[in-house]
Amino acid sequence: MRPILMKGHERPLTFLKYNRDGDLLFSCAKDHTPTVWYADNGDRLGTYRGHNGAVWSCDVSRHSTRLITGSADQTAKLWDVKTGKELFTFRFDAPARSVDLAIGDHLAVITTDSFMGNMPTAQVKRIAEDLQDQTEESALVISGITGRINRAVWGPGNRTIITAGEDATIRIWDSETGKLLKESDKEVGHQKAISSLSKSLDWSHFLTGSLDKSAKLWDARTLTLIKTYVTERPVNAVDISPTLDHVVIGGGQDAMNVTMTDRRAGKFEAKFFHKILEEEIGGVKGHFGPINALAFNPDGRSFSSGGEDGYVRLHHFDPEYFNIKM
Amino acid sequence: MAAAKIRWSELDEDDGGDGDGLDFLLPPPVVVGPDENGLKKTTHYRFDDDGSKVKVATTTRVVKLARTRLSKSAVERRSWAKFGDAAAGDDASARLTVVSTEDIFLERPRAPGSKADEPSASSDELATANRGTALMVCRSCGKKGDHWTAKCPYKELVDTLDRPPTSDGPAALNDPAKVSYVHPRRRTDAVYHDGGHDMRRRNDENSVRVTNLSEDTREPDLLELFRSFGPVSRVYVALDQRTGSSRGFGFVNFVQREDAENAISKLNGYGYDNLILHVEWATPRPSN
Repeated sequence: MRPILMKGHERPLTFLKYNRDGDLLFSCAKDHTPTVWYADNGDRLGTYRGHNGAVWSCDVSRHSTRLITGSADQTAKLWDVKTGKELFTFRFDAPARSVDLAIGDHLAVITTDSFMGNMPTAQVKRIAEDLQDQTEESALVISGITGRINRAVWGPGNRTIITAGEDATIRIWDSETGKLLKESDKEVGHQKAISSLSKSLDWSHFLTGSLDKSAKLWDARTLTLIKTYVTERPVNAVDISPTLDHVVIGGGQDAMNVTMTDRRAGKFEAKFFHKILEEEIGGVKGHFGPINALAFNPDGRSFSSGGEDGYVRLHHFDPEYFNIKM
Repeated sequence: MAAAKIRWSELDEDDGGDGDGLDFLLPPPVVVGPDENGLKKTTHYRFDDDGSKVKVATTTRVVKLARTRLSKSAVERRSWAKFGDAAAGDDASARLTVVSTEDIFLERPRAPGSKADEPSASSDELATANRGTALMVCRSCGKKGDHWTAKCPYKELVDTLDRPPTSDGPAALNDPAKVSYVHPRRRTDAVYHDGGHDMRRRNDENSVRVTNLSEDTREPDLLELFRSFGPVSRVYVALDQRTGSSRGFGFVNFVQREDAENAISKLNGYGYDNLILHVEWATPRPSN
């Protein structure tokens, strides 16, 4: 396959997200401008100007009308996907790290970092259909986690919120009361900070990637460990194929060490693993730095990766990929 | 074929003919279909190498690829106006997105079976690998095909440590003493069971001295002569330091002792370049 290289960002990529139809790809980077691309040919459709800090993550509504972004400038912003207009700003007292819209797009969970003595939190915000009714108030604030929350997503049926972060623990919270329901087993769980979390299409399970050089598959309801994928690099990004029993894992050595070693030693490939057999299927090379973001197209026919090198690489799979036998 | 002589620039006018200009004698190609099953029959004629007419009938199935289903809203989004930085200049925007010139493949890891096969294959591999690179074996570090002994980058290391650094690949297999860990299977599979011996010693053990060589004989010639008996690890022809001409003798090291024995019995007294070769076991140097 000949990947499409998109060099729209001047700083390392942080997050990639496809819309539900898989025709748009949203990219966030440490430069201040989230960007939207056509996912088939990589044409840049537009940028969302307004943030004043690194943008850590984004989510797009089901009908691709609204985009929500979380940024280090201590805000999360709502955008009009079509025009790039800023619709609303949620202000926080700490950098916003992860954003995730609930089913129905009426709720969003936004995490804030620990900053200036503040504890990290996961906050639930109501997203009003009519902008006139939009408020900054939090419907729920989850706190009590030590260490940054790198990712917070909605659980099945919006009933729970799943958080994962620097303390290597995955927690499931009740999204109504904010009560802690489950905590991942320290023995079998990750040993180092969890960098990424990706849900399966049906939300029944999710995949976490950690700096302990492994990715783990968990049951979204019971929080039991299902599978472990061991790799030889710190994992920064993971995603689950929507169509095949594949997972993709990306990462690489710490950005600060990259210049000191050869590209091969950096292990900057995106590694594909068989979801059930836990066996490696193959690797896709290309980035000059660690992979920070990975996303499968919802049609399963392409995937994109974003690297510390500032590139988004959009790969359309060769036909052989779909016939791989383990 | 005549077609090879045609310049590509002329091909357009010539319509890719055979160059003998007889194509107009052939019946025109016929295309039938595709029918409701998607079968398309194509018949065309050409001349074969003997100049006889050949009818070529091809049946192909035309399959309409199902278009990727695109939701209405996605189609609508295609026509959205560009906004933000993308709206500014098409020129700059266009340069942001490039298709990689490099073809990237999903690189498969080694198939599960092949890992296990490798050690058993390696002894064979060693033998075959030796044929090509037999000449270039470093005696101080044991690396094959990389450098000559005199230019060994590890020479100092070897001298001071008296223990060469581990080398990789078949060379390491060849010399159990030189790797930190050798799989037991490899150890038993290895040609030498007396692992732990020094490389130089071992080389001498299967070393064959060839004397009464003609002055023209060079190492490749000796290799040519001796490799038919088995894998050769080293060939050396003594040269006069001043004149650079051969001093008339040389050494050949075999990987297997039996091969060396065989070579001695066959080649001792063999007429080579008008001289009768004298082939015998090399007596170990007392210094070693």
